[in-house]
Amino acid sequence: MSETVFYILASFILIFSVLTVTSRKILRTAVYLLFVLLGTCGFYFAMEFNFLAAVQLTVYAGGIVVIIIFSIMLTSDLQDKLPAVKFKKIFFSLIAVLFGAAVCITTILSYEFPAMTTKVLDSSMRTIGLRLLGYQENGFVLPFEVISILLLAAMIGSIIIAKKADTEN
Amino acid sequence: MTEVVGIQHFMVLSTLMFFIGVYGFLTRKNLITILLSIELILNSVNINFVAFNKYLYPENLGGHFFAMFVIAVAATEVAVAIAIIISLYRKLKMIDVENVNEMKY
Repeated sequence: MSETVFYILASFILIFSVLTVTSRKILRTAVYLLFVLLGTCGFYFAMEFNFLAAVQLTVYAGGIVVIIIFSIMLTSDLQDKLPAVKFKKIFFSLIAVLFGAAVCITTILSYEFPAMTTKVLDSSMRTIGLRLLGYQENGFVLPFEVISILLLAAMIGSIIIAKKADTEN
Repeated sequence: MTEVVGIQHFMVLSTLMFFIGVYGFLTRKNLITILLSIELILNSVNINFVAFNKYLYPENLGGHFFAMFVIAVAATEVAVAIAIIISLYRKLKMIDVENVNEMKY
C-alpha cells in the first residue's frame, strides 16, 4: 500500500469518525458510521485480505447499519435534533480521551516492532476455509462452533426480549 | 506493490479511532448513538488485529480470524441491544440513558 492511499483512507476514516460522535442529527450519525466502515473495508482490500473485506461489507455495512437505521426510524423523530451536550461534560471527556490517546501513542512510537518475517501472506479462500474448519495446529474449528451457538442464543434472546409483553400471559 | 507504510501508522490510526469512540461513549445520551460509538471502538480494534497479522505474523492468519470473530460478536451484540432498546421504547417512549434504571423494577 502506498503512502498516499494510506493517508487518503486514514483522513476519510478520521473525519467521518469525528462526525459520527459529534453530529446532532441521529440519522446522519448512522450514515457517517457507514462511511467509516467503508473506509475500513478499503484498508482490508489494500492489505489483500479480500475475504475479510467482503465480510466487512456484507455484515457491517450491509447488516448492522441497516438494522441500526431501522431502529432509529422506529424509536426517534427524524426532524428532532439531539440535545446539545453540556460544556462541562465535553471538557472532562476531552481531557480523559486526550490523556489516554497521548499515553497510547507515545507507547506505540517508543516501541521497536521486530522486523517483518520473510514469509508471505496467503489469504486465499482455500487457506481460509481449511484453517477455519481445521482442528490441527492453527485450526479454528472450536471458536467457529462457539460463535454459531452464540448466534443462535442471541437470535432467540432478542426475539424473547423484543416480544410484546401481552402475549406472554 | 511496495510496502511503504509501517505498522505504527496503522496503530496510531486505530488508537485515534478508538478514543474518538470513547469520547462519543462518554458524551452521548441517546442509547442508539452510544451503540454507534461501540461499533467505532470494535472497528478500530479490528484494524489493529489485521495490521498485526499483515506485518508481524503473515503465515498464521490469526489476526484475520480474530477480526472475523469480532465482527460476528459485534453483530450479535447489536441485535440484542436493538431488541432491548425497542422494548424499552415501548415501555418508556424514550431511549435516553437516564431513564434506563427503570428496568430494575
